[in-house]
Amino acid sequence: MIEVNDIHKSFGDAHILKGISTCFDKGKTNLVIGQSGSGKTVFLKCLLGLFSPDQGSISHDGKIYSQLSSNEQRSLRQEMGMVFQGSALFDSMTVEGNVMFPLEMFTKQSMSEMRDRVDIVLKRVNLIDAHTKYPSEISGGMQKRVAIARAIVMNPKYLFCDEPNSGLDPKTAIMIDNLIQEITEEFDITTVVNTHDMNSVMEIGEKIIFLKDGIKEWEGTKHEIFKTENKAVTNFVYSSELFKKVRQMYIEERN
Amino acid sequence: MNYIASIGSYAIMIREVFKKPTKWSIMKSLILKEIDELIFGSLGILIFISFFIGGVVAIQTALNITSEFIPKYLVGFATRQSIILEFAPTFCSIIMAGKVGSYITSSIGTMRVTEQIDALEVMGVNALNYLVFPKIIALFMYPFLIAIAMYVGIFGGWIAGVFGGFSTSADFVEGVQLDFIPFHVTYSFIKTLVFAFVLATIPSYHGYFMKGGALEVGKAATTSFVWTSVVIIILNYILTQLLLG
Repeated sequence: MIEVNDIHKSFGDAHILKGISTCFDKGKTNLVIGQSGSGKTVFLKCLLGLFSPDQGSISHDGKIYSQLSSNEQRSLRQEMGMVFQGSALFDSMTVEGNVMFPLEMFTKQSMSEMRDRVDIVLKRVNLIDAHTKYPSEISGGMQKRVAIARAIVMNPKYLFCDEPNSGLDPKTAIMIDNLIQEITEEFDITTVVNTHDMNSVMEIGEKIIFLKDGIKEWEGTKHEIFKTENKAVTNFVYSSELFKKVRQMYIEERN
Repeated sequence: MNYIASIGSYAIMIREVFKKPTKWSIMKSLILKEIDELIFGSLGILIFISFFIGGVVAIQTALNITSEFIPKYLVGFATRQSIILEFAPTFCSIIMAGKVGSYITSSIGTMRVTEQIDALEVMGVNALNYLVFPKIIALFMYPFLIAIAMYVGIFGGWIAGVFGGFSTSADFVEGVQLDFIPFHVTYSFIKTLVFAFVLATIPSYHGYFMKGGALEVGKAATTSFVWTSVVIIILNYILTQLLLG
């Protein structure tokens, strides 16, 4: 579980996060949504410890990140997996090398043990024949799956995804969303996904927080988002005619 | 003020490079990879340039000796002194700032742009140690490269001097051996080691702390070349004053 307590973050004169408090539960897929520039990525980087908040605290299962020593912070980071927007795979390594990298860095496993573990996670993300390929030789969807495999190879307690389905076709995007949700439940991890893909919101949003101009404007589930009367949320989520119709149908069905 | 802030963050970066070392088995392979890339990868261009610069130094020295009272062995002597004292350590380092420096800045800069450095940090890896330390260690081999450049430069001078008809082989060799001061080679290697550290760290700094996209990677590589060259030239003056002055 990750608890966020009144965090603020500024860069120079720009006040990006303005007192966000929330809680992300274990075993659930938590979504952070909001327009570009709303502070989603800065918020996620604060959760990861890449940025330290100017005020407030973030606690990962009771460990307050800012109060840990640098060695403890590094150990905590080893319990985190991250899927970056652009996958962030190491160009100079093969798919197998990328997934094996955290194992090589932080475990004392033998090569055969590491290979077995890599096979398991690559199979889990439905990538079987890509071991020897380089990131430039595989599609965007496959790169995302490799990034997920790398993120889960160390059995993390926390999984963070920054717009995991940006730039993907709708079918692959749904597949990635489902994969994230399945992995979250299967490994019982705390997952936080930054997205502005409304399909993801409808499909996997067990808990959703909506950020607007650095403020948490709304919080709820994917079912509650259909019923909310919050103007900022409805303007953002139901900006397209299609989603307006989906919402209308949902409400009529419930009535 | 910006320059002072940059010097400060450069110093902090150097401190971080030596903190929390990466696992030795991984570091070993990174160092070997960097030696291959930075040292062996530069061997060809340095041999090529040294050979021809040595030849040009010999020809120009010979053409400027107009007086009958100046001994012919001066061609070999001047070639040796120019190559050992200045050309091999300093001129080659400026060339390396272009070749190796741009490579380091653009490779680290691209990793920054594509969030690969963030990925390392999220995993709990000391990214500076992982990326910069192997380059520093690999460039400790740089004096070997400069030793080859010295040899090839003098050899180029001998070829140009003898086969161009500017000097006899005996005169040239006599000049090369005349008044040889071994400390000049030591001085040259001391300079080379200092320049090697500069060549590894300044381009890394420009790559690691760059902001923006692909265009900025190119700009960072250019800025890195300029600053690496400036620092090498200033350090060359200071070290010459300290060691020979």
